[in-house]
Amino acid sequence: MANYKYHILICGGTGCNASNALGIIDNFNSILKEKSLDDDVQVIKTGCFGFCEKGPIVKIMPDNTFYTQVTPNDCLEIVEEHIIKGRRVNRLLYENPETKEHVEDSKHMGFYQKQLRVALRNCGFINPENIDEYIAQDGYVALATALERNNPAEIIDTLKKSGLRGRGGGGFPTGLKWEFAAKSKGDEKYVVCNADEGDPGAFMDRSILEGDPHTVLEAMAINGFAIGSHVGLIYIRAEYPLAIKRLQIAIDQAREYGLLGENILDSGFSFDIELKYGAGAFVCGEETALIHSMEGHRGEPTFKPPFPAESGYLGKPTNVNNVETYANIPVILNQGWEWFSKIGTEKSKGTKVFALAGKVNNVGLIEVPMGITLREIIYEIGGGIKDGKKFKAVQTGGPSGGCLTEKHLDTPIDYDNLLASGSMMGSGGMIVMDEDDCMVAIAKFYLEFTVEESCGKCNPCRIGNKRLYEILEKITEGNGTAEDLEILRNLSVTIKDTSLCGLGQTSPNPVLSTLDNFIEEYEEHVNDKKCRSGVCTSLMQYFVVPENCTGCTVCARNCPVNAIEGERKQVHFIHQDLCIKCGVCYDKCKFNAIVIK
Amino acid sequence: MIKLTIDKKTIEVEKGTTILKAARQIGIEIPTLCYLELEDLNIKNKPGGCRICVVEVEGRRNLAPACVTECTEGMVVHTHNVRVLNARRTVLELILSDHPFDCLVCAKSGNCDLQDLAIKMGVREIPYDGEKSTFIKDFSPSIIRDIDKCIMCRRCEMMCNDFQTVGALSAINRGFDAVVSTAFEQLLEKSPCTYCGQCIAVCPVGALTENDHTGRVIRAIADPRKKVIVQTAPAVRAALGEEFGYEPGTLVTGKMAAALREIGFDYVFDTDWAADLTIWEEGAELLDRLTRFLNGDKDVPLPLMTSCCPAWVKFFEHHFPEMSKIPSTAKSPQQMFGAIAKSYFVEKLGITREEMVVVSIMPCVAKKYESSRPEFAVDDNPDVDFALTTRELAAMIRQHNIDFRSLPEEDFDRPLGESTGAGVIFGATGGVIEAACRTAYEVFTKKPLAKIDFEELRGLEGIRSASIDFDGLEIKIGIAHGLGNARKLLEDIKAGRSEYHAIEIMACPGGCINGGGQPLHHGNFDVVKARWKAIYEEDANKPIRKSHENPEVIRMYEEYLGEPMSELSHKLLHTHYFDRRSDIVIDLEK
Amino acid sequence: MSVKIALKEEHIKAIRDICSSFNNDPGELINVLHKSQDHFGYLPAEVQEVIAHELRIPVAKVFGVVTFYSFFTMIPKGKYPVSICMGTACYVRGAEKVLDEFKKQLGIKPGETSEDGQFSLSSLRCVGACGLAPVVMVGEKVYGRVSTEDVKKIIAEYKE
Repeated sequence: MANYKYHILICGGTGCNASNALGIIDNFNSILKEKSLDDDVQVIKTGCFGFCEKGPIVKIMPDNTFYTQVTPNDCLEIVEEHIIKGRRVNRLLYENPETKEHVEDSKHMGFYQKQLRVALRNCGFINPENIDEYIAQDGYVALATALERNNPAEIIDTLKKSGLRGRGGGGFPTGLKWEFAAKSKGDEKYVVCNADEGDPGAFMDRSILEGDPHTVLEAMAINGFAIGSHVGLIYIRAEYPLAIKRLQIAIDQAREYGLLGENILDSGFSFDIELKYGAGAFVCGEETALIHSMEGHRGEPTFKPPFPAESGYLGKPTNVNNVETYANIPVILNQGWEWFSKIGTEKSKGTKVFALAGKVNNVGLIEVPMGITLREIIYEIGGGIKDGKKFKAVQTGGPSGGCLTEKHLDTPIDYDNLLASGSMMGSGGMIVMDEDDCMVAIAKFYLEFTVEESCGKCNPCRIGNKRLYEILEKITEGNGTAEDLEILRNLSVTIKDTSLCGLGQTSPNPVLSTLDNFIEEYEEHVNDKKCRSGVCTSLMQYFVVPENCTGCTVCARNCPVNAIEGERKQVHFIHQDLCIKCGVCYDKCKFNAIVIK
Repeated sequence: MIKLTIDKKTIEVEKGTTILKAARQIGIEIPTLCYLELEDLNIKNKPGGCRICVVEVEGRRNLAPACVTECTEGMVVHTHNVRVLNARRTVLELILSDHPFDCLVCAKSGNCDLQDLAIKMGVREIPYDGEKSTFIKDFSPSIIRDIDKCIMCRRCEMMCNDFQTVGALSAINRGFDAVVSTAFEQLLEKSPCTYCGQCIAVCPVGALTENDHTGRVIRAIADPRKKVIVQTAPAVRAALGEEFGYEPGTLVTGKMAAALREIGFDYVFDTDWAADLTIWEEGAELLDRLTRFLNGDKDVPLPLMTSCCPAWVKFFEHHFPEMSKIPSTAKSPQQMFGAIAKSYFVEKLGITREEMVVVSIMPCVAKKYESSRPEFAVDDNPDVDFALTTRELAAMIRQHNIDFRSLPEEDFDRPLGESTGAGVIFGATGGVIEAACRTAYEVFTKKPLAKIDFEELRGLEGIRSASIDFDGLEIKIGIAHGLGNARKLLEDIKAGRSEYHAIEIMACPGGCINGGGQPLHHGNFDVVKARWKAIYEEDANKPIRKSHENPEVIRMYEEYLGEPMSELSHKLLHTHYFDRRSDIVIDLEK
Repeated sequence: MSVKIALKEEHIKAIRDICSSFNNDPGELINVLHKSQDHFGYLPAEVQEVIAHELRIPVAKVFGVVTFYSFFTMIPKGKYPVSICMGTACYVRGAEKVLDEFKKQLGIKPGETSEDGQFSLSSLRCVGACGLAPVVMVGEKVYGRVSTEDVKKIIAEYKE
């Protein structure tokens, strides 16, 4: 980066791409060329900055200026003002939602202040399609060092001491996992990267692969060296075309540089990586299911033991780690386990990437040290609840996790505390909910997902989750009974207790945690046939507010079932027995004369 | 050795023992549903999917499936405590909540593992009234698939794919809609199914059953215009007793004959007679091919492969049609019997073939399909009208309120009931080829056999081979049972890795004694072994033990056919094969 | 001997080429299915028959795999496939209402294709643009912060 005066970094992640980041890049390039600035200013398409809420993001280095919601039309002004005249374009700067002040650079933005970027260290800083930029950030140093020291046991030992735990959900100690695979005997072994991110509302793996693919390749090669494997496989969702493209570019470049392939860096160690595609099955995040899928079968899990470390892909010892886990490894090896183990809590070391979404002001991808509280995440990084509404709950761990409430806001987040609170770390989805969200409907939403994604192999998951969903549906439609709540609980406990794999063993968590924390909402649905959030349409009733009704007849004319009666200029009346609760009258009324109760 | 505690009892087991087996060793029966293990055949179905066998292991977060969880040192297991019982019952209720309640008319009622479990667990009501699976019921000539009853135990899928390598069935869909079915959910008739019926033999519920023809047989017997004759296959007599409380392996030949008479069949005959006839024809064909081969004709199709097993025939028609010249053209004993009954025997009786109904009692469901093959009919009148399974016969005996155990021992009628020990052993793997050897040896060498028993051809190994000394000429024999083993044998031959003169293949593991129409073994292969012993016992007790010495067969050749491979023999007793690869046609109603 | 199917010779050749590019390895079934779906737009029974034949595996197994993964479809997609993200972030920001509106406007359910073959509707799980929730995709184009009122406009962009 030395020869350029300025670097314009533009987020090229899926989110910003969707809002025309490519147009911005094109515009910058042509404007710079026109003004003969292309030797002084470099335009770089990076991975995700994480601050998706305000995308597309343009960052100017070296001064860290952070422009949000940029359009291609803004490029000329940025070049003329900022690049040429050295004046920031204030209207594009991030505005602090509380103080309404413009924040000049990312270092002073609440969104970034509490973050600590380890796995995401290169995302948003380097061009992921250029291996040189990765190398410039100490890329492939860990691999080179490992090969030079030629001591696989040492690598495993470092990882064990670092306290790194699997970031895919289970939190199994990574060093231990490598050790099992290393000790396992086999004429071939496999290193598998699980990039089948299926948790709805989580996209940290995708962001890493799009923003820093080489870190994963490097870690996999180290993994291969540590356990004695020569073949790496990345099992990636077919729905991630950009990540696939960048991975393929990265693999090609690494091969060209001799960092993958035969005899890497003349060490005698050979390792290569190929891509295997997922095809849309959440259960394939479970490692045995993932392996079956890679072998061309239905992605059904099998009972463990045998663990993949003994008998995995094609029956050979296999080590499966998730993308984020891999992204941590080169840094740990470069900086040392002592550095890493200082971050986090006693049993959960390092950082965790979360996809913060839902009803917060700052939706995006964040990386925080373990031990941070939910309050810090939601109110400092997330900028608080959207539209000044009241916080109700936050779901971590996606469909496998549970809802945490007000009382958990100050609990330090780590694997064990989340588990103790009835949720789990999961892969890192973090969905914030406010007073407008109905917790019964949320539980139903997650169960709908599980029912759709259950592989069908074991009965508790195949039939049990379906029944859970049906009972929740019954409750949200106003037909629930007090006994249903009993059945829900017993069924949930049984499904957890008897299911074959992690999917079924965790799928009732949204039900159990909402039953535990929001029983009053369930009871209202069941006893009073009421949904306090107004989400469950079957429980809603529309009424005319006589004071506001002008008798304009718009509602009556638009009602599809003629449930509204009233003469012109007279107060109208809704027949509840006819009303199908479509909401048209509510939408059409210009006088706020229709209310939902 | 590993020491552990199960239900407060301490036990030592070998490393690798599952909790289920350890518990069985001390008399604790943990209920199972999907688990199936036939160690002798190396058949294993342990998907750990039904979750009925879950037990509590102290210190473990969730319950453990006993069928796949191995014992570890110091383990403390509770197989029936309240946590386990509640979970097991809830899982069972869930299974039942997606299962039709038509036990009253279900073919499996009284013999259904799920029903047994519901009774044992005392389930009286199902607390869920959600959606139930609804699939199309599939009636093939042999097998009825009612997959609304499928509990996804995957046993049939395992048999069809791993053991038989037929590949007609697979798990399809996902989640609640997951079920075992055919490609594109088409009818079995459009699939490469061989109708071996091993799926039925392992199905714990009523999802896979035979196409029941007992009602039609009773109707035929009740029709005074019809002469209804019955033939019974060798393996039936070694298993039928199980349905009436006899120890497995008890031969009930005489009582069976008496029961069939009681039911009202006009003549009670024996498929063993036709088995002897088969040896005449097939033996002659073997010797003919051998002689031509020894005389330098290198185009002779060898090895000769037996063709008694209709599932095997359909298997090679689907998977090895290029080898269709190799199998013997001899029809199976069932079809030879039908062809002779509706020619030779109707002439003797002076009636038309339309006035005769031929019923066969078979250990097999593929025989139903075989009898329906169009080439085995004359003017749409089939040589064999109805093929019942051993199970269906047992049901008929019960329907007629016959006290089977107190029946007298009776003999078969003549002429088509006379048989030899060679005909009997057709029921076990290796038996057909042994019977053929007994005859071929004596006909070829023109010397009497010193020892009738060819022990080297017997056994339960999946693939076996032996050399028989035909007075200086070494005859190489291959034997396979189970279609997966047959496939291996055929692939070896195709690749030139092995050379045989003759090969015997039976589709079912163990041979017909373990056919898809036999009483259910419920996962206990000792039952099959007992039947196997009984077959050889019956053979040893027969006064005549070589097919070419069957006096009634000799008489029939003299009176009717002339000699083996004669023109009339060819017309009545031989057949031809089809390329069925092209049979699998997409036929979706869209 | 070949399988009797109603596919044109060129189609059969295309499938054979795909299979042989993966060395007819049954372990590559999922990659073969991906490529075949790329080629045909969907995986009709006839295509699965040829794949099974080439990879020497039972067609029931191929069908079992196709019906397991939600990415594979046996129904041809519309010219403009509409996908509504039903990831949690989109859900809590009103994706369900948007989906309902699409259902109403197009007259089809998720997984279906309109009779004129123009539109097909599906829901998918998280495209990773949670900042833009709720998100709708038409083909490759992403629409962010979609409200029920926008649905008509989006459809109109493609209506012929």
